[in-house]
Order: sequence, then C-alpha cells, then structure tokens
Amino acid sequence: MTTTASDGRTVGQPALSAAKGSDRTASVSPTVRQSDSPTPVVESRAYNFWYGANHALHDVTIAIPPHAITALIGPSGCGKTTFLRSINRMHDLTPGARRTGDILLDGGSIFAPGMDVVALRRRIGMVFQRPNPFPKSVYDNVAYGPRLNAMAAPREFPDRVERALRQAALWDEVSSRLREPGTALSGGQQQRLCIARALANEPEVLLLDEPCSALDPIATQRIEELLVELKKTYTIVIVTHNMQQAARVSDYTGFFYVGQLVEFGETEQVFTRPIDERTEAYITGRFG
Amino acid sequence: MSGRVLRRHLASRAMTAVVVVLSFTAVLALLLILGNLVLKGASSIDWAFFTKSPVPAGQSGGGVANAIVGTGIIVGLAALIGVPIGVAAGLYLAEYGSGRLGFVVRFIADVLNGTPSIVVGIVAWTFIVRPTHGYSALAGSVALAILMIPMLARTTEEMVRLVPHSLREAALALGYARWRTSLEIVARTALGGIVTGCLAGIARIAGETAPLLFTALGNLNFSVAITQPMQSLSLQIYVYATGPFDEWHRLAWASALVLMGLVLIISITARWVTRQRYGRIR
Repeated sequence: MTTTASDGRTVGQPALSAAKGSDRTASVSPTVRQSDSPTPVVESRAYNFWYGANHALHDVTIAIPPHAITALIGPSGCGKTTFLRSINRMHDLTPGARRTGDILLDGGSIFAPGMDVVALRRRIGMVFQRPNPFPKSVYDNVAYGPRLNAMAAPREFPDRVERALRQAALWDEVSSRLREPGTALSGGQQQRLCIARALANEPEVLLLDEPCSALDPIATQRIEELLVELKKTYTIVIVTHNMQQAARVSDYTGFFYVGQLVEFGETEQVFTRPIDERTEAYITGRFG
Repeated sequence: MSGRVLRRHLASRAMTAVVVVLSFTAVLALLLILGNLVLKGASSIDWAFFTKSPVPAGQSGGGVANAIVGTGIIVGLAALIGVPIGVAAGLYLAEYGSGRLGFVVRFIADVLNGTPSIVVGIVAWTFIVRPTHGYSALAGSVALAILMIPMLARTTEEMVRLVPHSLREAALALGYARWRTSLEIVARTALGGIVTGCLAGIARIAGETAPLLFTALGNLNFSVAITQPMQSLSLQIYVYATGPFDEWHRLAWASALVLMGLVLIISITARWVTRQRYGRIR
C-alpha cells in the first residue's frame, strides 16, 4: 500500500494516507488541523534529492509549523538527515548532489537565484550530531556569528553572548569560565555551547541533527528541557533516532522511510494512532 | 613450554634486538657528527668568531660574523617569499584542490620536492643572476624559496586536512562564506601544524649550499646589501674546508658547529610548537 498521493496533498496534511482506516483518518481530521495550523515557516514541495545516482529523497512534501518542535524519525539511511541538511543548503558543497522540487522559508524559495546562501544560513541555525565547538574560548565561540554578521555594535557583543548562553541554559555554568577554551567543557555543555552559538545569530529556525546521540541521559534531559523552552521563540526541527525523545519533546512528527516521508502529523497522533502500517511497525519496534 | 611457544619467544626477542640495534645506529650517526663538530669546532668559538669578519688568509684571528648575518638575511628573505606562497598553495590544495588544477599543482609540487637543489640554483642563476648581471643575496633567497615552497605546500595540506570536517560545517552553518571558513576556522585551527611545517622547512634550507653557489656567491667582507653577493655559513664552510690553510679548516669546523646549532634550535622550536598544539588553545 502506498501513502503518497500523487496530487491533492495540501499544506498541513502531507503524506497522510487516505487509503487505510477511514475512521482513523477522520479522527485525525486533517482539514481541521489545516485550518488550525498557522502558516508554515519551512515548507518543502515535492522535494527530491540525489547523491550521484542514489535517489535519497522522493517527493518530500512537508509543512513545518512555527514555534513548535518537529521531530523527524526513521531508520538509518532513510533520508531524514539529508532532508534536514537541505533546509539550510548544507548540500551545496556535496559533490554530485542534485535536487528537484522546492523548499520554502517564509514563503520564499531557498533555491531562488537571488538567495544568498550565507544570509540563509544566518536565518537557519544548525546543531550537529557531535558537539563541534571551535577551538577558541567559550566567549569567542558564541560571539562568532554576531561578529561575522556585524549584527550589533561591538560593545553589545557581551550582552548578546550572555543572552545566547542564558537561552541555552549554559550561562550559570560558564559565566566564570568565558575565557576558557570551549573544548574544555563537558560533552553536554559543549552541545549547549553549540546551541548558544547558533542562537547568537538570532535565527528563525533551529535545525538539530541528533543533538543528543553523543550525550549521557542527564545531558540529554537538559537539552530536551531546553528545546521545549526554546520553541517559544524559535521553530525547531530535530532529527532523532530516539523515539522516546521524539515522543517526549516534539509537537509534530514526520516518519521517513527509504527516502519517503511516510507520515506526518501531530506527535500524539503519530505515536498512538499511526495511519500507515510502516509507521506503526517502526514505532512499535518491529524494525529499524 | 612447548617448542612452538619457545620459538615464538626467541623470534620476538631477536626482532626486538635487531630493531634496537638499527635505531641505535641511526642515532649514533647524529651523535658522531655532533661529537666530532664539538671536538674540532668548539675550541675555535669565541667572541671574535661571532663579531668579526674574516681576516686575510694566513693571518690568525677573525670570525664569521658576515656569514652568520648573511645566513640570517638569505634564509629570512627566503622564508618571507616562500612561506606565504607555500602555505597558500597548501591551503588551496586541502580546501579546494579536488579538481584537475589541484591534481596538477600537487603533481608539480611533488616533482619540485624531488628536484636536486643545484638544479634550482641553476634556475635562479638563469632567471635572476644572468638578466641582472650580478650575483646577489636576493637570487640566493629566491632559489631557497623555490626549494621551500613545495615542502610547505604539502605539509600545510596535510595539516589542514587533519582539521575535522565538523568544524567546517559548523562555520558554514553559522553563515560563514567558504573562503572565510577556510581562513578563519580551518587555517587557524591548523596553525600549530602549519608553523611547525614552516620551521622544519626553514631548518631544511638553512643548511643548503648548492643553490647558493652561483646565486649569493659568497663574500669575504661584511655585507647586508641584498643586491650584492653575500656570505652564508654553508658557503663559508664550503670555501674554508676546501682551502689550504689550517686556520681556515679550524674556522670551517666552528662554522659547521654553529650552523648545526642553528638548525637544531629551529627544529627544537618546531617540536615545542607542535606540543603546544595539543595543550591549551588560547
């Protein structure tokens, strides 16, 4: 059975199957969700992506709502990270990369000819799988973005750094260690430093690629609490292998499988009443 | 203990012994050279050796101040020319050199790396000494710089490649343009390794004689004019060691000791810089 209707998919209910369990579909009531859901911040339309001959993403259409956490889940190699990295055009330097379809940020195509990729990445912050602070001081790590982008007068940098570190729930731990190298912090602190570094740019969207995979449970919990706090200000997209994490923190969940967005909806619905049987198989642990 | 186990133990012992003896032989060569230099050269080193220029043949006394200063100027100038070009080429190779041009540059660097230094000297003579109708320190520096550039390009490339890809991505994701990422993040992270490579390259060219023979030529008088012939320690050693006077031989030994000392100091500094890399970073 397939879930991808070739047409008629509208913003807010992409990849929802109409083929299986009409009563369940009705209970999801996509039309209601559609009218409720605000204008999406990030939106992809029939987005396809290839690494050379490898067709990594098939017709991904998704609308990511603002001020919410959207989790992308799926087994390894399903394309969720590829999709995440498409949103801030990190594939620009990947040799052999090719795409069709479009991704919109605030309604404008990120692939538009006039789009400055550098400016785009300032609007879309990214946090990676492994903490990757620059081999510089804690302060410099956070000040890097504002300094580069000349977003503020130099005398405002200390305030900005403090604000970003507070937002990342790191200030209390590092306020007396701002001159120490960022690499001297613990793994969890380093990852929050990377979040602070991204936030200092004041982005609209924050992309996180398995941000907790290298962290212990306590550090993971801190990051999760932080994300819930941050969604008031930012739109967050998180790729995770940890389904409990997706269930705990996210408002919306997208399930990727072999390059397709199989199902996308409110997290509670996806986890308790999945529409596609592959989603159900995955979240109940039958594969992946 | 069974025969097989015993045989293995013996083989292991034998191999260890062979490796130790060979390593010791390698170190022994260095120790013999150093010991010989100290034995024959140290007695001739006094204050005048560092402060006076050579006296006419047959007289005693005098020093090699002109050669020490000359080596400093020629090598310094060579570094001034060679370091920016070599490091820039290495950065290019590591960051952008995946295409055809990168292949060509890498190939040329490798060929140049294996070129005999006297050939480089001839090149400098052909293109600088002959057109300007005069031997000069500058021509010598250019020859040494040419020797240095491929070395620095390849070591810089290797050092830059060691920088984790995740750092590049972090910078790009923050809105860094690619060139800025290369310069401000990648090159600065690899700085310790690059500096070490530069110092090793300088140490390597400081002792070169052949490229200077028909470029800087040598000068028995004290001179700091880079458009004129200039003495260097290596040239001094060459002339004095092959000369007929005992006094010259004495000075040649002493000069060799000083040159060796200079190279050692640079090498030790390089090691020290490398160690700093793994310590605290600012």
